[in-house]
Amino acid sequence: MLRLIIQRSLLGLVVIWVVSILIFSATEILPGDVCRAVLGQGITEQNLASCRERLHLADPAVSRYIRWLNNLATGDLGVSLANDYEVSYLIGLRAANTLKLALLAAVIAVPLAIILGLIAAMNAETRLDRGISISTLCFISVPEFFVAVVLVYFLAIQFRILPATVNPRHLSDGTLIEVLRTLALPVVTLTMAVVAHMTRMTRTAILNVMSSPYIEQAVLKGASRRRIIVCHALPNALAPIVNVIALNLAYLVSGVVVVEAVFRIPGLGTLMVNSVAHQDIPTVQAIGMIFCTAYVGLNLVADVLAILSNPRLRHPR
Amino acid sequence: MIALWKRKGQSAVEEVPADPRAMPLTASAWIGLLIVLFWILIALLGPVIAPHLESDIITDVSFAPAGEVGLLGSDYLGRDVFSRVLYGARMTMGLALVTTLLSFSIGCILGFTAATCGRWVDGFMSRANDALMAFPSIILALIVMSSLGTSLVIMVVTVAIIDSTRVFRLSRALAMDISVMEFVDVARARGEGVWWIIRKEIFPNTLAPLSAEFGIRFTFAILFISALSFLGLGVQPPAADWGKMVAENLQGLLFGSAAALMPACAVASLTVGVNLIVDWFLRRIGGGAAEELLK
Amino acid sequence: MTPIFEIDNLWVEAQAGKTGYKPIVKGINVDVNAGEVVAFIGESGSGKTTTALSALGYCKPGCRIVQGSIRLNGVDILSLSPEARRHIRGREVAYVAQSAAAAFNPAIRIGRQVIESAVIHDLMPQDQALRHALEIYQRLALPDAEALSQRYPHQVSGGQLQRLMAAMAMSSSPAVLILDEPTTALDVTTQIEVLMAFKELIKKQNTAVIYVTHDLAVVAQIADRVVVMRNGIVMERGATQDIISRPKNDYTRTLMTAVRPPPKSVSSKADDSDWAEDDIPKVIEIRSLKAGYGRIEKKIVLEDINLYVPKGQTVGVIGESGCGKSTLARVIAGLLPQVSGDVFHHGVELPAVARHRTRQDLKNIQIVFQMPDVAINPRHKVADVLGRPLEFFLGLEAKTKDKRIEELLDLVELPKEYKSRYPAELSGGEKQRINLARALAAEPELILCDEVTSSLDTVVGKAIIDLLKKLQDDLGVAYLFISHDLSTVASFADRVIVLYAGRVVEQGALQSVLAPPHHPYTQLLLESVPELRTDWLDNVISSKEALVNISRSVEMETVGCPFYKRCSLAIEDLCSQQMPALLQTVKDHKIACHRDLSELSK
Repeated sequence: MLRLIIQRSLLGLVVIWVVSILIFSATEILPGDVCRAVLGQGITEQNLASCRERLHLADPAVSRYIRWLNNLATGDLGVSLANDYEVSYLIGLRAANTLKLALLAAVIAVPLAIILGLIAAMNAETRLDRGISISTLCFISVPEFFVAVVLVYFLAIQFRILPATVNPRHLSDGTLIEVLRTLALPVVTLTMAVVAHMTRMTRTAILNVMSSPYIEQAVLKGASRRRIIVCHALPNALAPIVNVIALNLAYLVSGVVVVEAVFRIPGLGTLMVNSVAHQDIPTVQAIGMIFCTAYVGLNLVADVLAILSNPRLRHPR
Repeated sequence: MIALWKRKGQSAVEEVPADPRAMPLTASAWIGLLIVLFWILIALLGPVIAPHLESDIITDVSFAPAGEVGLLGSDYLGRDVFSRVLYGARMTMGLALVTTLLSFSIGCILGFTAATCGRWVDGFMSRANDALMAFPSIILALIVMSSLGTSLVIMVVTVAIIDSTRVFRLSRALAMDISVMEFVDVARARGEGVWWIIRKEIFPNTLAPLSAEFGIRFTFAILFISALSFLGLGVQPPAADWGKMVAENLQGLLFGSAAALMPACAVASLTVGVNLIVDWFLRRIGGGAAEELLK
Repeated sequence: MTPIFEIDNLWVEAQAGKTGYKPIVKGINVDVNAGEVVAFIGESGSGKTTTALSALGYCKPGCRIVQGSIRLNGVDILSLSPEARRHIRGREVAYVAQSAAAAFNPAIRIGRQVIESAVIHDLMPQDQALRHALEIYQRLALPDAEALSQRYPHQVSGGQLQRLMAAMAMSSSPAVLILDEPTTALDVTTQIEVLMAFKELIKKQNTAVIYVTHDLAVVAQIADRVVVMRNGIVMERGATQDIISRPKNDYTRTLMTAVRPPPKSVSSKADDSDWAEDDIPKVIEIRSLKAGYGRIEKKIVLEDINLYVPKGQTVGVIGESGCGKSTLARVIAGLLPQVSGDVFHHGVELPAVARHRTRQDLKNIQIVFQMPDVAINPRHKVADVLGRPLEFFLGLEAKTKDKRIEELLDLVELPKEYKSRYPAELSGGEKQRINLARALAAEPELILCDEVTSSLDTVVGKAIIDLLKKLQDDLGVAYLFISHDLSTVASFADRVIVLYAGRVVEQGALQSVLAPPHHPYTQLLLESVPELRTDWLDNVISSKEALVNISRSVEMETVGCPFYKRCSLAIEDLCSQQMPALLQTVKDHKIACHRDLSELSK
C-alpha cells in the first residue's frame, strides 16, 4: 500500500512538471513579440531592446524554460509586465484574501453537503429527496454570477442586510466580525455551487453502497437501520465521499475566479483575469502554476485517501 | 440495454426487479422541456420579435427602470435590455452548440480510438488527456487566451478542446466496457475490422449515455462561455451575449436596476431546463451509466 | 412431531413492467421439522428463493407478500411488526446466500461479521461469541481459525468464504437455516467439503433446514425431503429416495433424466484400439502451445499443450476454473496470441491474430461462449445476428439470406418468428441456441464450445447438449467442448483431455480415460461428481482422497508436477522437482505421472 501511495505522489509531481511545461509553452507561443505587445504605444528602439534583454527573449526556448523553472523553485516569480512590480509581491498582497474566501467556503460547504447528501440518501425517492435533488440540480445548473447577482440584488440592495461589495480594508485588517460580514455574500455564492455538487455526489455514493448485497445480508441478520448505516454502509461510503470532497475543493479553485470578479475582491482570481487581459505573461504563468499545483495537489490527496480507505488495497492478498 | 448497465456486485435476483424503464415523463422533465423549447423558439425568432436592434440606443438614461423605456428597461449605455436579451439568446446558444458539437466530435472519435486501438495508442492518448485535465478549466482557458488572444474563435476552440477531455474520458470508458463483452469478441474472431466493430457493435450501445452527456456538455458550454464573457473575454461589444450583459450592468444593481438580473436569469433558466431533461433521462437509463456521467 | 416451521398458502407478487404486479409464488404449502433438511428444487423463475426468503419475512425489492401465513414455532411471522421481525432474523432464522463474496462486507474483518448476529441480538458477550465462532470454524474444517478471523473477505478463497457464511449463520444457533444454492458457485471438488461441513453442523445443532438448489445430485446427498417447484407452484413433494427413484410428476421426471448418469456407467461410442492417430483428418492440431495474459509480465496459464480435433468428432477439455481452458479456446479462435507453439488448421500454420487469417480459416473455426447474455449485441435483432456471418462468409444477400436464416432457426429448433426479435426478448437457453445458429451460419468444420451450458439450468443445458449431438450427426461438425463438468463431457465426447493448472495431465479416448489407470487428478474428479445415490457422500467422506488437502487455488507451478500439492500418491522430491512426462498406456491414451501404470490402476 505504501508503494502505491508513493507511486501516486510521484505521479502527482510528474503531472505538476508537465503542467509547468504546458503553461510555459502556452504562454510563449505568441505570434509576434511579447515586448511589442506589452510596450504598446510607448515603444521605442531603446526600451524594446532593454525589454528583450530583460526577458532573455534571444535565448532558445528550452533554456528559457529551465531558467523560469529554476526561478520558480527559488521563489523568484519574475517581474510583472504591466506595472514593473515583482510578481511575488503582487501575489503576496492578494493570496491571503483568496485563501480566506476559499477556506471559509470549504469549511461551511463540506459538512453541510454531507449532511444533506445523507438525508437525501436515507429518504430516497420520498418528496424530501426529490426536493433536495431538484434544488441541487438547479444550483449546479446556474452560473455563479447568477447566484451572486440575485443575492446582491435582494440581500444587499433591496433588503440591505449585507454589503454589496467587499470592503478591502475590512478584508485585510478588520476584526473577525468585519471579515465575516464583508465576505458573507461571496462565500454564500461560492458555497452554493459547491454544496450542490457535493450533495448529489454524496447521495449517489451512499445509495450505491446501500444497494450492495452485503447490506441485504445485514438486513437478513436482523441488523437495525442505525447499525446498517453506521457499521456497514459508512465504512464503504467513506472512500467515495472523501473523493467527492477533495474533487469539489479542487473545483473551488476555479469558482473563486468568477466570484472575485463579481464582488471586486482583490484576490488572485482578479489578478489573473487582469493579467490575461494585459497579456502580462510572468504573472499569468505564476498564478497559473499556483492554481494548478493546488488543483493537482487536492486531486492527489483524493487519490491517496481513496487508497487508504479501501481495505483491498490496505491489506492485499 | 438495461442488462449492460447492472451495478457491480448486484446479486442475481431470481425474481423481477422494480422496473426503472417504466417511468413516464415526470413533472420536472416537462418543465425542463418547455423551458428549452421556449428558448429555442426565441433563438430562432428573436430578431423578428425584438422591438430594437441590439446596439440601438433608445434613451439617454442609463438603467432606466422597466416599463418606462422598454419591457425590461435600459442598460448602462441606454440600450433596450429586452431586445438585447433576445439577441443574446442566439449568440449564447449558438456558441454553446458549436462548441459542444466540436468537443463531442473530438472527444468521441479520440475516445473510441483509444479504447479499440491497442495499448500504446491508448496509453499515449490517456496520458495526454490527463495532462489537460490537470488544469482547472477556467485557468487553462485563461492561460491559453492570454497568449493567443481573446477573440471569439479562439475562445470557442479552447473551450471545445477543454470540454473534449471529459467526453474523451466517458466515451473511452463506455467503449472499453463494451469491448470486453463477448459479442465484440465474436466479431473479432470473425475477422471484422476495427472500424466495423466501432460502428456496428460499440456505437449503438453507447447512444443513450452519450446523448445524456451531450446535454451535460451543452450546459457546461453555456456556463463556461458566459463566465468567460462575464470576465471580459470572448464576445466583443457591441454584440449581445448574456454573460457580457451581466458584467456590463453589474453597476446597475446599486441603483436598483434589474438590467443585470435578466440575462442572468436567462442563462440560469436555460441550463436548469436542459439539466432537468438530462436528469430524467439518466434516471430512465439508470445504473452504471448514470454514475459514470455524474463524475 | 409438530413442524417447527410451516408455510401456509403463500402468495408473493413481483412488479412486472408498467402494468402492476404478477404472482410469482402461488399458494405454496411447506413444513419443516427440527433436524430435517427439506430441499426446494426447481429451475430459475420457479419461486424457490422467494419462498425461502419469505421465511425471514423478507422479499426482494419490487416484490411483496400478499397472502398466507408463515409460522415459526407457532408464531405467524407475517403478522409481526417490522421490529419484531427484525428480532427473528439472524437469531431464529438464518440465511446463507448463494454468493459468499457478495454477502460479506469488504470493509469489515471476517471475525466481526461472523459473530455479528450474536452481537445484534445480544445472545452472548463478545469474547464468548468469538470462542463459539472458533469452535464452529474447526467443525467446518477451516484452517488456521484464529488468523482467519482477522482477515478481510478478499483475502480468503471462495470455498472458505462459503463455509464462513455457514459459520456466520450458525453462530446464533438458529432454529431454521436457509441455504440458497450455497455450492452452485463452487468447483466440484470444493463442493464436497462444503457439503460435508454443512451436514455435520446441521446434525449437531438439530436445525431445521431449507435447501434451495437446482442440482439434484447434491440434493440426494443432503436432503430428507424434496419439494419440486415450477412457476411458483409445488409440482411434487416427498421423501428424497422416493422422488429420485420413483418420480410421479412429469416435470419431476424431466428433471431426473436431465441429471446425467455419472461417468462410470457411460457406454462407449467407439473402441479405442481401432483408432490410429494418423487416420482421421485433423481439423486443428496444436503443438507445444504456451499462452498467457498480461502486458509486461505475462502470467502463463497454459504450458506445453498438444492436442488435435479429428473431423466430425468431439474432443472434451476438462479442468477446474482457472486452469486455462477458456484461454485455449481464445487462442484457437485467434483472440489471444500465444506466447509460443503453433496452431495448425488442416496442416497449415494459423496466424496468431484473427485479423491476419484467411477467410477460409475464419469460416472453418467458430466459437460459442459461455454467457448467452453478453454474447449477443443487445441492439441487434436475431436476423442481423445471423445475417452478418452469412454475408461475411458466404456472400448471401436478400432473399437467399432470409431463407437461410429461417433454415438456421429451424436447425436450432427455434420458431421462424424469432428472427425479428431482440435478445432481451429471449430466454437464456434460446439465446444460447442463437449463438449456436450464428456459429453454424458460417458452415464451419469445428465449433469451439466454451462452457456453453455452465450458466444454464440443468434441463435447458441438457437440451442444448442434445442439440449439439444432433447437429454433429446431421452435419458432421466437430466440437472442442470445454467444461468443468465431467458428467456433461462424458455423455458427449469421443476424446477427453484433462487439464490441471495449465498442463495436460491425461488425454485419450473417452473410455480409456474413464477406465483405470487414471491420473490421480482424474481419479479425484471422478469421485467428486455427486451421484444420484443418497449414500454417496457418506462413502466419500470415508474415502481418503477427499480428505487430502483440498481447495487451494489452482495456479501454475513452474517446477515439478502441478498436482503435487494435492496428490495422495505424490513421491517426495521426485514429484515436487520434476515435471512428469506423458506415459502411454494404450494407443493414444497418455497420462502424465511419475508413478507406474500399475500403481495408477485402482
